[in-house]
Amino acid sequence: MKHWRIGVPLVVLLLVAWWMLGVVHGDGAKGAALGGLWVVLAAWVLLLWFVLDALARRQGGRTTQMLAPALFGLALIYLWELLVVGWQVPKVLLPAPHAVGQALVSRWEVLWPDFRQTSVAVLAGYTIGCGAGLLVAVAADRFGMLKRGLLPLANLAGAVPIVGIAPIMVMWFGFDWPSKAAVAAVVTFFPMLVNTLAGLAATDAMHHDLMRTYAAGPAATLMKLRLPSALPFVFNALKLNSTLALISAIVAEFFGSPIVGLGFRISAEVARMNVDVVWAAIALSALAGSMFYGVIATVEKAFTFWHSSYRS
Amino acid sequence: MSGAAVSAKDLSLVFQSADAPVTALQKVDLTIGRGEFVSLIGPSGCGKTTLLRVIADLERATSGSITVNGVSPEQARLDRAYGYVFQAAALYPWRNVLRNVMLPLEVMQMPAAERRERAMKNLELVGLQGFETKYPWQLSGGMQQRVSIARALAFEPKLLLMDEPFGALDEITRDRLNEQLLRLWERTGKTVVFVTHSISEAVFLSNRIVVMSPRPGRILEVIESRLPPARQLDVRETSEFAAIAHQVRVALRAGHSYE
Amino acid sequence: MNEPVRSVAPVALVVATLLLVWYAMAVSLNAPQVIERLDGLGSPWGARQMVEATWSMERPVLPAPHQVVLNWWQSVFDNAIDSPRSLVFHAGVTLSATVLGFALGMLLGVLIAVGVVYNRVLDRGLLPWIIASQTIPILAIAPMVVVVLGSLGYPPLMSKAVISMYLCFFPVAIGMVKGLRSPDTLQLDLMRTWSANGPQILSKLRLPAAVPFLFASAKVAIATSLIGAIVGELPTGAQAGLGARLLSGSYFGQTIQIWSALLMASLLGVGLVAAVAGVERVVARAMGARA
Repeated sequence: MKHWRIGVPLVVLLLVAWWMLGVVHGDGAKGAALGGLWVVLAAWVLLLWFVLDALARRQGGRTTQMLAPALFGLALIYLWELLVVGWQVPKVLLPAPHAVGQALVSRWEVLWPDFRQTSVAVLAGYTIGCGAGLLVAVAADRFGMLKRGLLPLANLAGAVPIVGIAPIMVMWFGFDWPSKAAVAAVVTFFPMLVNTLAGLAATDAMHHDLMRTYAAGPAATLMKLRLPSALPFVFNALKLNSTLALISAIVAEFFGSPIVGLGFRISAEVARMNVDVVWAAIALSALAGSMFYGVIATVEKAFTFWHSSYRS
Repeated sequence: MSGAAVSAKDLSLVFQSADAPVTALQKVDLTIGRGEFVSLIGPSGCGKTTLLRVIADLERATSGSITVNGVSPEQARLDRAYGYVFQAAALYPWRNVLRNVMLPLEVMQMPAAERRERAMKNLELVGLQGFETKYPWQLSGGMQQRVSIARALAFEPKLLLMDEPFGALDEITRDRLNEQLLRLWERTGKTVVFVTHSISEAVFLSNRIVVMSPRPGRILEVIESRLPPARQLDVRETSEFAAIAHQVRVALRAGHSYE
Repeated sequence: MNEPVRSVAPVALVVATLLLVWYAMAVSLNAPQVIERLDGLGSPWGARQMVEATWSMERPVLPAPHQVVLNWWQSVFDNAIDSPRSLVFHAGVTLSATVLGFALGMLLGVLIAVGVVYNRVLDRGLLPWIIASQTIPILAIAPMVVVVLGSLGYPPLMSKAVISMYLCFFPVAIGMVKGLRSPDTLQLDLMRTWSANGPQILSKLRLPAAVPFLFASAKVAIATSLIGAIVGELPTGAQAGLGARLLSGSYFGQTIQIWSALLMASLLGVGLVAAVAGVERVVARAMGARA
């Protein structure tokens, strides 16, 4: 019974949406002359809300949970297309999704090298920054003096706009990707340091006592107790850093880059007002960001499946 | 006594706290022979856990002397002379049951094949064979504690130190585990020092019950238990049991009146 | 409470070490140019001369710390506040965009959070997207926004504030949702026994409970807002603001200018977060938190 409640309106929504899209893309009158269409659209939105509400009420597994946000997202993109074309919004202000899609395809041979360039910088910087952060954290954990000295400074670094070092990095490492990687490395270093230290310190006193009763040395305690127990914190930082590294690399490219790179593409094409290419580059960056994050989240699951946060 | 497992003389421990020094243990004299099952019982804060921790070299006494297996507690710890069981199971959630039991053996750098064999043997001893690949969160509280006991036994220490190991469990589970522990003790002949605040648990398990007073922790009385060996849970219904329990209760109450 | 005191000596030690390393690096990175120049002068030179020269170049590869501090000092104190040569002026420009964007972002974030908590559609349809958006490099949009809004005639302050607002509102929204949902069922049941209506529950229970979460997000948001404002000054080659100073410094090879602009930006960032933390302390005490 419940399936009819959602299924029937959904089909109606799809059919009406198709029709509206056809009208708007057609050769007929545009803008204000489409007065009747906007009334239909208003009704359509109400029906959509009703369907979303019904979907939101449903309990269920992962796939059911994804239905509501999926429909929400698709509807937003659809409305974007409809309103931009129907109201004849100037392309420079906001291009329609289909224009962005076309730009993505037509300028692919430029966008792909951009993606590659930025990715190299991101991955290199991420690896160096997270690796260094982890090592320094392990050292600081061992030597309390170092920890007490570094931790306040690392916390302070969170307030500083570190991406500002980009011009300096360009001066030192040149215009190519190493300077962007350097920015990403410095930015990702501090969250990794802070989070790993927090994780290493989070071990139970009881677990420490247990290790003491085994007469375990500091190395054994580190490898068998502190590091595994710090993993959830480490992955927290790894996920956070995946976004930070990408942002840093792109922003660093705003400061100056050879003629390749997603950040460069965005700032260059914006200057030429090729807005759909800009949006295509932005979409590509968004895709890169979510994929990177997704990979880390999957790896996280494999390494920290045992943590209480996975059991509600 | 050279054959004693634990020999404490005039042992005192004073903590420096923020307000005033706290005397956790005051002139404790205690000798525990090999193969004995000794319970330390008293109200909260009476120092029984502190005494256990001093034996384990997890705390240092501030005066007096104590030997474990004839050497200092630190040496005994370095010699891996005892297994410690905490109030909570303290298992590593990222290791399965078998790997948890193997943990001390890894730290002591035992070869891999021997580790596995010992771990399996001790799991069988506590009745958990078949659960090797399970993770701690998949087990009940009682089963987790049994794994913790198997882990403490894995490297075959002669001395077992247990700090209210069954305190967090419900009474039914606790009874079953008490019985299992007693059978285990009979089989292995280890020396057990057992901290509890349950009178019936202390009387059921031990052949000597050490009653301690509230802070400052002193030994009020040491009561010998004349219960028959190889006893079952229903010994708790007998009048002998009641008499000993009564003795313990009187001693505890006397300790309270010192306040 | 003695944690800060315990940290002073080690922090001082680490900072001193970093400064030493900095001075050493300045010598080694600037040496090639200095040596070339000294050789060109003809007369013999010694190590001390060279080292001193590396710490007083006009366009060093790496300026010495005292050069940066001096430049910063001169820019701040030797210029009128509204002069484009004053870092205070530029900081003010960036600050105004930061604060405006922060305020708007907080408002938007709180509104969306309330919407999410009280409306099922927003909760299940929109919230997943807000959470997912944290994985996207939103700053990539900055040039777009600046140019588009600029071409529509909006002042640069607005476009920078829009970028900052857009960056801030995600952490604030997510933090507020967590905060508004933090009271446990016990408290909510109690409210029901008093027949409290929606707005009462919101104002008397959920909002007060959300305050710590709000401040935690606010600290993240204001730092992000500052970055947004700085990045917003890059695309159109703006003349004013710390980002503009960074950019012009990099165009004209004025290394010391870049470093002192960075110093100013860092001070601004730390100051802003400290300000938010200060407000948090006052509010927390007024709400009965233990000192």
